[in-house]
Amino acid sequence: MTPGPEGGRSAAALAGIRVCDLSGQLAGAGATRYLAAFGAEVIRVEDPTNKGGWDIVRGAAPFVDDRRGIDMGGGFNNHNVGKWGVTLNLRTDEGKEMLAALIRTSDVVTENFAAGVFARMGFSYDVLCELRPDIIYVSNCGFGQTGPYREYKTWGPIVQACSGLTFDAALAGHEPAGWGYSYMDHMGANYMALAVLAAIVHRNRTGEGQWVDIACTETGASLTGTDILDFGVNQRAVRRPGSVDSNRSAHPAMAPHGIYPAAGEDAWVAVACRDDADWAGCRAVIGEEWAGAETFAHLEGRLAHQDELDRQLIGWTRSRDRHEVARVMLAAGVPAAAVAMPEDRIDHDAVTADWGLWPTVHHTLMGDVRVEGLPVHLSRTDWVIDRGAPCLGEHNEKIFGDLLGLTPDELAGLAERGVV
Amino acid sequence: MTPPEPRPGPLYGLEVVELASEHAAWAGKLLADLGAEVTLVEPPGGHATRSIGPFLDDRPGPERSLWWWHHHTSKNGVVLDLDIPAGVELLGRLVGRCDIVLEAEQPGHLAARGLDRDRIMAASPALIWVSVSPFGQEGARAQDPATDLTLMAGGGPVWNCGYDDHSLPPVRGLGGQAAHVAGVHAAMATLAAVVHRDSSGVGQHIDVNMHAALNVTTELGSYEWLVARHTVQRQTGRHASVSPTSPTQVQAADGGYVTLGFPPRSARDYRAILDWLEELGLGSAFEDRVLLEMAVERGGVSIVELGQDPIVDQIWSAGRAAMAFIAAHVDARTCFDGFQQRGIVCGIVNAPEQVIGDPHFVARGFPVSVDHDDLGRAVTYPGAPMLFSRYPWRIRSRAPHVGEHQGEVLGLRGSPDPAGPTDDDDAAAGVSPDPAD
Repeated sequence: MTPGPEGGRSAAALAGIRVCDLSGQLAGAGATRYLAAFGAEVIRVEDPTNKGGWDIVRGAAPFVDDRRGIDMGGGFNNHNVGKWGVTLNLRTDEGKEMLAALIRTSDVVTENFAAGVFARMGFSYDVLCELRPDIIYVSNCGFGQTGPYREYKTWGPIVQACSGLTFDAALAGHEPAGWGYSYMDHMGANYMALAVLAAIVHRNRTGEGQWVDIACTETGASLTGTDILDFGVNQRAVRRPGSVDSNRSAHPAMAPHGIYPAAGEDAWVAVACRDDADWAGCRAVIGEEWAGAETFAHLEGRLAHQDELDRQLIGWTRSRDRHEVARVMLAAGVPAAAVAMPEDRIDHDAVTADWGLWPTVHHTLMGDVRVEGLPVHLSRTDWVIDRGAPCLGEHNEKIFGDLLGLTPDELAGLAERGVV
Repeated sequence: MTPPEPRPGPLYGLEVVELASEHAAWAGKLLADLGAEVTLVEPPGGHATRSIGPFLDDRPGPERSLWWWHHHTSKNGVVLDLDIPAGVELLGRLVGRCDIVLEAEQPGHLAARGLDRDRIMAASPALIWVSVSPFGQEGARAQDPATDLTLMAGGGPVWNCGYDDHSLPPVRGLGGQAAHVAGVHAAMATLAAVVHRDSSGVGQHIDVNMHAALNVTTELGSYEWLVARHTVQRQTGRHASVSPTSPTQVQAADGGYVTLGFPPRSARDYRAILDWLEELGLGSAFEDRVLLEMAVERGGVSIVELGQDPIVDQIWSAGRAAMAFIAAHVDARTCFDGFQQRGIVCGIVNAPEQVIGDPHFVARGFPVSVDHDDLGRAVTYPGAPMLFSRYPWRIRSRAPHVGEHQGEVLGLRGSPDPAGPTDDDDAAAGVSPDPAD
């Protein structure tokens, strides 16, 4: 183990925790990626009969070069760094027995199949408990394992629509814009990791395992909670599409508050004046007569005349460089940010660079590839991300040999019979 | 060990001191609702975030902020004046006997008030101290001001969200998501540190960087660039993409919206769509019906045939068009249930206020009733974001009033000073709660 920045790195935080991981995509794989970064031994179990194709990102773009195939998906590599990869055909009895043996030696089992699928494979929570009484089992799907929609299928954008997040991202007078990525795959994964960790803390103190059922739509709904309280407590009528202007800020009340055009194509800058002092700084930066109007001096006036305020501010921002606007506003103490393109924040951002947010991992076929790091640093047991995602079945020999005591000959036989 | 029954949650027994803030509140709620004992420390008169709306009956007041209600369930509240030495000393005592400190103060601010983190942690080596800040504790931008909007704009999410029409600005989603993303990361890292401490006896400092958290929460937005140096472009109601993709968000007959999943592929899907068109009396109105029938006859289509066989391309487009056609002729709710019950992926764009009353979530017990004894009524809150089979997640109590648990936290809970703080100490520390509202 290499010493951390403050010296005292003794061991990985999750050293000794073994995870038998049947999860995939981002909503599941993102959770066990986090555990692996803190030193858990994550064994990703995939289906050899469809070449791991259940995980739709396994062979999907982006790619590092012209090579294609089930081991070449850039997203898969990002989501599965630091894991071990094995294959097991769970339609065979031998495959099921080997999974059972893996589960007996694991602390945690994770999956994000559609509801009920893992139980139908023969691995209900009761069965898992028979294999290992203190097992921690975390299942994660769109609508959860119970309820009228348990058979409904989802992916990130469906979860976001059903949970209220899509509705709450819009410009006034327009249809919902929603989230241009699977925000809830990230957050579902984060909550899944949180569930595993809380259950480990509980088990370490009591000896008891448990099952955690995550419904991503519920996790998503909890992220719009203040809205939910407002409409319930104050008995408001349900809003219609077109009524949301999410670039403005009613709570806390701020103006100006928006995303304004800057010089250049599709260039934008966000400015948020939290109070009259921020506005005074903003006004001084702008230095034009309109900004000194008494109408705008106080928050009430700025809120009441927000359309006019935004029109004037756009007149000032649209001829200026987005980074320059952010720089002068920040220098005046006003929160502001250029709307960052991926290149800006990954290749030209001192904060993310100094943080070490984009580590390079080595992937057996792809070579060295940059991936996402973690947004936390722990002074003693910090995360380590340095090994790429496993190729399909890459660690069969190591894992089945080390943990189940299988010899290369036995593994060859299993491969012939289509088990691994 | 034999736990007392019922235990409040999987984190039972962990003691957290949280300094009230906008950015660490969510992490504190996650830990508190999972069973940790969280003591929320505010300045006299209540923390500034009590002025974040919306408000009960739209009237501002320290006990009327629904933001405060939502973010501080299951916590105890005390008032300490950290502008005077007695308040700092009392906070030092609270910190000295807890497991976890959670704060989102401006970096350097606590040290300037005499609460030096390194010194406190040296005296309490098992302590876990969690700092949430916009740009991390160190570095050139550590003191820059930031809000949810500017963090979301600078950290990556905003670039990905908006409309096909790029003359419209990109969009920041509501809900305070910058603090939510950082909050769940703070809670995750805290528990990783607890696992380490339970085996080693050693605590540590955790630096949570909100800007970094958003940067690693934009899916393809980040790794299209990391892997292939491609830039995604925002699109209405669907993934930002390197190359434009077909619309998936459709307005239903009642004005609501639905989100369509992947177009159908199996013969069964095409049959189901044809049958539904028939049931709706729209069988002859959908002009590409013949393509759907062809799809049934040929046993469905496969993605690998796309771009290879022009008929498959036409069938694929007709499948999506048929879904959009049905959506436009029924209400959003019928569309959502109708497709899903036929095994075809579809979402409904719910307003948050619709979600809480949805029969599925009601059946799972997601809406929970929280007693507001002070108002003589119960209030429905969003409930468990995950269901634990033992000692479940739960909201144990409404958010605390200003200084509500002053006596029991500062006076009764095993102070290392055998005499405990005296009334004089309390007065000197400025701990008398202001009367609320």
